[in-house]
Amino acid sequence: MNLLLLIGAPLLTALAVLVARNKQQVKWISLGGSFLQLGLALALLLAFRQERAANNTAQMLFEQQYKLFQSLHISFHFGVDGISVAMILLTSFVVVAGVLVSWNIEKMTKEFYFLLLLLGLGAYGFFISLDLFILFFFLEISVIPKYLLIGIWGSGKKEYSANKLALMLMGGSALILVGMLGLYFTAGNSFDIMTLSKATISPETQHILFPLLFAGFGVFTALFPLHTWVPDGHSSAPTAGSMFLAGISMKLGGYGCLRVATYLLPEGAKEYATFIIVLSAIAILYGAFATMMQKDLKYINAYSSVSHVGFSLLGIGMLTQTAFTGALMQMVSHGMMTALFFAVIGMIYDRTHTRMVAEMGGLMKQLPFISTVFFIVGLCSLGLPGLSGFVAEMTVFVGSWENADAFHRVATIAAAMSIVVTAVYILRAIGRTVMGPVTNEAHLTLKDANWNEKLAALLLVAGILAIGIAPGWLNDLLRPAAEVIMNRIAGQ
Amino acid sequence: MNELLTLMKSELVLTGIIFLLLFIRIGKGLKNETLLPLVQVLLLVNFIFGFVFNKEGRLFGDMFYTTSLIAFQKNILNLGVYLISLLCTDWLKKTPHLPEFFLLLLSALLGMFFMISSANLLIFYLSLELASIPVAALANFDLNKKRSAEGAMKMILSSAFSSGILLFGISLVYGSTGTISLPEISQRLDGSSLQVLAFVFFFAAFAFKLSIVPFHLWTADVYEGSPIATTAFLSVISKGAVAFIFMTMLFRVFQPLVDTWYMMLVILSIATMVIGNLFALRQQNIKRFLAFSSIAQVGFILVAISSNDHMGSTAVIYFVLVYIFSNLAAFGVASVVAEQTGKETINDLKGFYKTNPFLSWILALALFSLAGVPPTAGFFGKLFLLTAGGAKAAYWFITVAALNMIISLYYYLRVVRAVFMDKNETPIEQLKISAPVRLGMIICGAGIILTGLLSWIYDYIHSL
Repeated sequence: MNLLLLIGAPLLTALAVLVARNKQQVKWISLGGSFLQLGLALALLLAFRQERAANNTAQMLFEQQYKLFQSLHISFHFGVDGISVAMILLTSFVVVAGVLVSWNIEKMTKEFYFLLLLLGLGAYGFFISLDLFILFFFLEISVIPKYLLIGIWGSGKKEYSANKLALMLMGGSALILVGMLGLYFTAGNSFDIMTLSKATISPETQHILFPLLFAGFGVFTALFPLHTWVPDGHSSAPTAGSMFLAGISMKLGGYGCLRVATYLLPEGAKEYATFIIVLSAIAILYGAFATMMQKDLKYINAYSSVSHVGFSLLGIGMLTQTAFTGALMQMVSHGMMTALFFAVIGMIYDRTHTRMVAEMGGLMKQLPFISTVFFIVGLCSLGLPGLSGFVAEMTVFVGSWENADAFHRVATIAAAMSIVVTAVYILRAIGRTVMGPVTNEAHLTLKDANWNEKLAALLLVAGILAIGIAPGWLNDLLRPAAEVIMNRIAGQ
Repeated sequence: MNELLTLMKSELVLTGIIFLLLFIRIGKGLKNETLLPLVQVLLLVNFIFGFVFNKEGRLFGDMFYTTSLIAFQKNILNLGVYLISLLCTDWLKKTPHLPEFFLLLLSALLGMFFMISSANLLIFYLSLELASIPVAALANFDLNKKRSAEGAMKMILSSAFSSGILLFGISLVYGSTGTISLPEISQRLDGSSLQVLAFVFFFAAFAFKLSIVPFHLWTADVYEGSPIATTAFLSVISKGAVAFIFMTMLFRVFQPLVDTWYMMLVILSIATMVIGNLFALRQQNIKRFLAFSSIAQVGFILVAISSNDHMGSTAVIYFVLVYIFSNLAAFGVASVVAEQTGKETINDLKGFYKTNPFLSWILALALFSLAGVPPTAGFFGKLFLLTAGGAKAAYWFITVAALNMIISLYYYLRVVRAVFMDKNETPIEQLKISAPVRLGMIICGAGIILTGLLSWIYDYIHSL
């Protein structure tokens, strides 16, 4: 399969949106384009499995390389392994759902969809890049659409949040940039990940470059204490914006932490693993407890995202193959789950015009579909078996437990404790909003989900169930790729 | 004779245009409506002509030399001047002394051409003067504005001052090496303290022209007072030309003193980036804002110059090309707004997107490019500057530079926010965009996007 299609499809869709004549055309072009992307991602999954079944054991499949900026040895080099395929699949799900959920955007519709598609384009490009420069280019490409999406279509203190997000992400990028240039000059003038992974970089250099890269990508994925853009950014963004931010953008960071920082600088990873574990354990617990105090549904999900993403980082810090697999599963699972969560919150807000838990009650009576989905996603968040959250978090814990010393055990137990807290805040939020009598008279006339909202929700629920009930396929994708990274850490 | 024609091609064509304008002025004169398109076509021809018949060689007993790289540098400046003539159409049409404006502008450009090609201190000094004195007159071109006169006065005083310092430096160089030929100077430099002193004077003169902190104080006032066409010329073309010659001087002539100037560059680069950025944060007037941001941009150029290698010079030339597109686009929008409404502050731009989507997108593209955000070419330009600077493995230095990119993003976003997000009861009404302005903006917009994505442009510069 030609991976250029994955960039070409969103790019063409975005350009087609620009020349569309009216809002209807814009919406349908976007929807058609995003379904095309979903189809491509599924085709990629099948093609990838076929190749692997045919015993193609190359680390990266479908590789292509085009020379760009030859004098600087930069090339547009791309290819996929299991991790990339899983992430691309996640992206395509969220893109379709995001387009569907934004169906009723009236203000500057064309610009909105254009930016949304551009965000998706950045993510696809990022996940297939095997050249650090190109990877960085695609990472950065998404900053401006995020800024504009929040600033123009957002709510609440949107300008503040948009600024904070853009500047913090830019700060993360600055760290990545320095780390990237360090790699470039120490490993013989190359940005190519495959080349860099074979280069010998002295442990001293790794100890300098690793924190730069890890913290840089960490900003994107809400590494404690660099997570502060998350609550503001997510809560101010329009629904689709929050879905993209939490569902895709935060995963860019996690992917970068693993693929770039940990894979290319294994000595650095070993040196700082303790530090990562401590930070992510704090993030998990702090996120969970901070969520307890929130009254706004979006803030609840934003803080709980900090907590959930902490599991990914915890898995990376544990440095075992199972933990890596778990971390990656958590990224995919959390991406789907949190996108759905924000979608549902958006649907509720569109109807009730409030996101305050206290101002709602008994929504189940008028909004049975939305409430049911809300329930499912809540259960997924608190880790109910059969849904994706359980599988991912369990794998992280099992992987963490493989480290037998007291420090790792304590960190694992501390992280596991957060599940109790999660259960409390999720059940409380859902109970108050969905169950019980209708507290607000005005809510008696609400209408349930439209076709587009139903479609978006069902798609993401299907994703959650596909991971939760039959996690084998995802495991097959991720485990071999995680093994490659683990082997490098083990020094083989 | 034939050699004279080909090697001095750029200068001769430009001189031809200057004389043509002069004859038109002395003769019957033409109305602005006919003269301006004529000038624009001439400048376009001049630009296209810059691509052909490029030869390498030396003239006048090694006083003047040219290479394909120099020809390319000159042509970048040609492009910039052509774009200015398009983008500032509104203002140029109204000015009562249009031929004089272009006479002065092109004379200054001619001075820059000779400056870039000079291989001798004498011709270098003469051309530097030719490149600065007309600009002071240009700064005064809004004849009925006091601020314009004030700006011109500051400009001419600081120019004269920096020329004096430069002359002092030249005399010390001559005194210690006994020659005014640049290649010979570089052979005879041995790092004695007299030569270091001479170099410091040299450096200070360049620092004035490039507005490197702490020699930047004239910049903001001059930029604010001058008509936008002049400001654009000063901040883009003039900066670019001086950056080129500065780089050549450091890499070719003062190479033996590299240990001295490396530290100077690092310190001044940091000071320039930080102070330029901090002042830009608080500006309300768009011209002042762009003035301080251009100071910060010079700081980034210095990062690449500090690399002292071919990668650095490629990065600087590439960045100047990108910078021409980006900054001129921003000035172009500012010019349209200022000319039709008289408004010049960032707050006036609130709600601008509602009424003027085309101008808003061009402005946003330009600002993102200046801030160095992809997919604009500014991203590549900035990144290559930092990459070049990183070759010396001074990580803390490029870290400071990278952090400065965040500050600059903040203030560029401030304008974007005003344009796209802030609400305004009485936004600027829909503005008329004449055909030449639109053409200029489309060229700039295309340049901003394509210069980065078409990677062979960088490779081409590298191969020169």
